[in-house]
Amino acid sequence: MGRMKGAIVVDTARCKGCALCVQACPKAVIAMGKRVNVSGYPYVEVICADECIGCASCGIVCPDGCITVYRKRIDD
Amino acid sequence: MNAEFNGIISPENLVYKKPELMNEVPMHYCPGCSHGVVHKLIGEVIEEMEMEEKTVGVSPVGCAVFAYRYLDIDWQEAAHGRAPAVATGIKRLWPDRLVFTYQGDGDLACIGTAETIHALNRGENIVIIFINNAIYGMTGGQMAPTTLLGQKTATCPYGRDAELHGYPIKITEIAAQLEGTCYVTRQSVESVASIRSAKRAIRKAFEASMAGKGSSLVEIVSTCSSGWKLSPVKANEWMKNNMFPFYPKGDLKDKTSE
Repeated sequence: MGRMKGAIVVDTARCKGCALCVQACPKAVIAMGKRVNVSGYPYVEVICADECIGCASCGIVCPDGCITVYRKRIDD
Repeated sequence: MNAEFNGIISPENLVYKKPELMNEVPMHYCPGCSHGVVHKLIGEVIEEMEMEEKTVGVSPVGCAVFAYRYLDIDWQEAAHGRAPAVATGIKRLWPDRLVFTYQGDGDLACIGTAETIHALNRGENIVIIFINNAIYGMTGGQMAPTTLLGQKTATCPYGRDAELHGYPIKITEIAAQLEGTCYVTRQSVESVASIRSAKRAIRKAFEASMAGKGSSLVEIVSTCSSGWKLSPVKANEWMKNNMFPFYPKGDLKDKTSE
């Protein structure tokens, strides 16, 4: 029985740190970081990549289209 | 872990990315603004309908005035509130084009009320996307026609008072009464489920306009975290608790299958 494993790529240069993705993520994979980007906005970072299931909730709610989501079945 | 992680990030495993139509330029909208989500949905629907080369958007005066920078389709900027009149002309000259307007509540429900109602009543085969955040966002958070009773803004700091300011206007309910409209709905974009529902609504409206069934109005109840002076997450909560009771979501009229 395999399981779905996801991975996300955040475009940190365009992220504005609204944190809507942090709230949307069911697995607490992402969190607001402490650093800021070139526009002066804090941006989200992946803090727990192993938990990601690739549900794409973060990408769908992101108003700036900063998150790209990948998903793959991993066989145990 | 890294090897596994790297194995996942490859094109064949892609499940979500922003639509190709959306340009790489950073949007000027405030963090968490609903406009971005709606822009994405419009881009996705146009791509799914394969109408990239045959779509004309009409942008308003308001925060979305720069919409033409963000979606790579043809755009026409209209004078304040006149987007439905401009869209009428475009659609009549080019019936094979997908023509939609993208307007906020200040543009559509205030200065453009006449154009909006008459374009809808004539049954022009256009789609009006109506972003209702109950405030004037671009000019600094003044009271809008759709501002809720009791809601505080820069020009009604003690809350909107019906005796002094009148009542909030429900344009979508008015549109549903007009003979020319075929699809009138109210949606929102605060969660994954509501975003999917809003996308289906936009698709339905676009298809109805191409099928010549009449005009459609898709209202998106939205947030304005800067105008409301709340964080994006709290603005979504405020919208659910205060906007939805007065602006209930759902289809008000659907004659698309007739």
